[in-house]
Amino acid sequence: MAELGRAALIVSLGLALYAALAGFWAARTRKRRLADSAGNALLAALGATAVAAAVLLSALIRHDFSFTYVADHTSTELPLGYSVSAFWGGQEGSLLLWLLVLTGYGAAAVLLNRRRAPDLVAWTVPVLAGIASFFAFLLVAVASPFATQNAPAQGAGLNPSLQNPYMLAHPPLLYLGYVGLTVPFAFGMGALLAGRTDERWIVATRRWTLFAWTALGVGQLLGAHWAYVEVGWGGYYAWDPVENAALMPWLAATAFLHSVMIQEKRGMLKVWNMLLVILAFGLSLFGTFLTRSGVVNSIHSFTQSSIGPWFLGFICAVVAFALALVFWRLPLLRSKTRLESLVSREATFLYNNLLLVALCLTILWGVAFPILSELVKGESRTVGRPYYDFFLRTFGLPLLLLMGIGPLVAWRRASLRALRRTFVWPAGVAVAVGILLLALGAGSSAPGLIAYTFSAFVLASVTLEFVRGTRAAGSFTQLVSRNRRRYGGYVVHAAIVLLAVGIAGSSAYGSSSERRLTPGQTMKVGRYTLAYRSVAQRRGPNDLEVRAAVDVYRGRTLIGHVHPGKNTYFAEQQVSNEMAIRTDWLRAEDLDVITDQIDPNGTIYFKALVKPLVNFIWLAGVVFLFGSVVALWPDAREQRRLVSRYALPTPAEA
Amino acid sequence: MNGALVIGAVVAVLAVVLVAVPFMREPTALDDTLAEPDELEKRTLELSEERDRALAALKELEFDHRTGKLSDDDYRELVGGYRRRAAAALRALG
Repeated sequence: MAELGRAALIVSLGLALYAALAGFWAARTRKRRLADSAGNALLAALGATAVAAAVLLSALIRHDFSFTYVADHTSTELPLGYSVSAFWGGQEGSLLLWLLVLTGYGAAAVLLNRRRAPDLVAWTVPVLAGIASFFAFLLVAVASPFATQNAPAQGAGLNPSLQNPYMLAHPPLLYLGYVGLTVPFAFGMGALLAGRTDERWIVATRRWTLFAWTALGVGQLLGAHWAYVEVGWGGYYAWDPVENAALMPWLAATAFLHSVMIQEKRGMLKVWNMLLVILAFGLSLFGTFLTRSGVVNSIHSFTQSSIGPWFLGFICAVVAFALALVFWRLPLLRSKTRLESLVSREATFLYNNLLLVALCLTILWGVAFPILSELVKGESRTVGRPYYDFFLRTFGLPLLLLMGIGPLVAWRRASLRALRRTFVWPAGVAVAVGILLLALGAGSSAPGLIAYTFSAFVLASVTLEFVRGTRAAGSFTQLVSRNRRRYGGYVVHAAIVLLAVGIAGSSAYGSSSERRLTPGQTMKVGRYTLAYRSVAQRRGPNDLEVRAAVDVYRGRTLIGHVHPGKNTYFAEQQVSNEMAIRTDWLRAEDLDVITDQIDPNGTIYFKALVKPLVNFIWLAGVVFLFGSVVALWPDAREQRRLVSRYALPTPAEA
Repeated sequence: MNGALVIGAVVAVLAVVLVAVPFMREPTALDDTLAEPDELEKRTLELSEERDRALAALKELEFDHRTGKLSDDDYRELVGGYRRRAAAALRALG
């Protein structure tokens, strides 16, 4: 079967190369049949890649250890679900997933747009196919998942921290996000190559971008929850380079989703939007490079490998090509309209863009700093949490405030009188909440207090926008159905508020405690008292599980029991921390108990953390998804208008 | 092994057929030119976008005015300009 996988990948590479070269030639010489043939080659590349993926999946499920990849990432003791997730648990498999998703997106984009915008798609196909060719080449020549060996009796198993249900969804969602950003990039480059400066490429990719952005956002939150429940250190985001690698393109895509509205409404920011699309895609490639090259130390990254230089070269080539293209088309991208006022909705979008890009670039600097310091000074220096926290506060808090200001300001211009009228309620609510929180003792953390006050302002502003909008539109459903993107966006803003509340609460107002306990001893953390009772062990399906029995008291009242411990995996010969979490749903607060060290005599070094409001972060994920679906939902009226606007005669009609 | 070879051959043949379909369907096309907007169509497209932008702006001005975000003076001052733009685009589009 490995031969079939290898052959399918070679066919996929051949098809992608054909699509890139023939597609380029067809677009340049305006050959219709050749352009269609190149588009079809991209569809066929999806088929060939799907066959390769099916071969690998089948080998993983059958535990066919004659495949080196299967032997390296599974064992016979591994449950079926995790055998499937081993597909993306290793380098070669995850590269195959990249190619599968990329050709899938490419094929769908070609099928949906080739009749509506044939000239644009003709230039987009070679860009998509060029990127697919690179990944297919890596899989064929550098990191094949179909390398074979004499089958050992047992496989090495999957990294224990990856043996978690979240790993079934988190990586594929991230891939849908990373790879999805290829579509707006390819269409943007296609528009530049075709010399089209109209909004066709934006209309064609709007939903793709939103979908990719949603997948990346949900994927990151799932990853944060996985880190929280599985990695066993009591946190959900550590500013790890690989975590940042997913955050950066998401921030760039967020900026793009906002600024693209200015181009649609006012015909402005054409160059800026192209640069954001390049930045978002470039960062998604950079993230993939970070995860796979081994240039940075991360708990998430794969081991040192030979594909790093290939990736770096590809990123440089892509960014240089894209920037050269923008520079070449600059005369066509000049905007005819200007910003009418610095106090307008457009202006708030612009400020939001500057802050998002600034935050994105400071994170990029933090990620790249160890690599650059290694290159320049010969020693790798990392920037720590204080660096990131400082910039998150510096750019994140004004961003939060802008989310509340934006909906209150009119498009084009806003007078002082109108601003006074629209601001009075949200500002009043924010001040009242701030004073109340101050009285309740939230002043112990200034950034926390500011975050809560701004959050109250945003929620009041969004609520007011819905109330006033409903009054003006006549009904709530009419209001939302007429502008799903806007009102879905407001729901997403509410999700970001929940996220901010959760982050501020759990980081600024949390407490922690560490102690070595023998059975019968107690320790205090926040309002809780923990009493260590006993320790026991049992055999799991593929591991030995040691668990401590701990009683949890609030005051003198017993409120529950937790069982933190460690798992020792047989095949992988690795130990994982199994943190115990007790959730107080009323306060949205978690008590996390970790067994840092378990001695053979039963003495355990416990670490306990209280994380107020941390569950708002996970609730934010649900609200975020709901808002995104509202924004993504197709609008029949808009579709009809766009179809009539862009209806080009087909050759037959001509 | 034989099954794998058969599947591989089928995949390769299907891929070749799919790539060749445009040429097989039209071995000698009367017009093999890729549809591309000419200057007139590009101008029409530009005017359509201008029209849609102006009409959307008018709707937004109206909405912002009704929700109290835009003062009466600003509304009156802005609405005239966008009405003229929409009318000009509609006139040019015929």
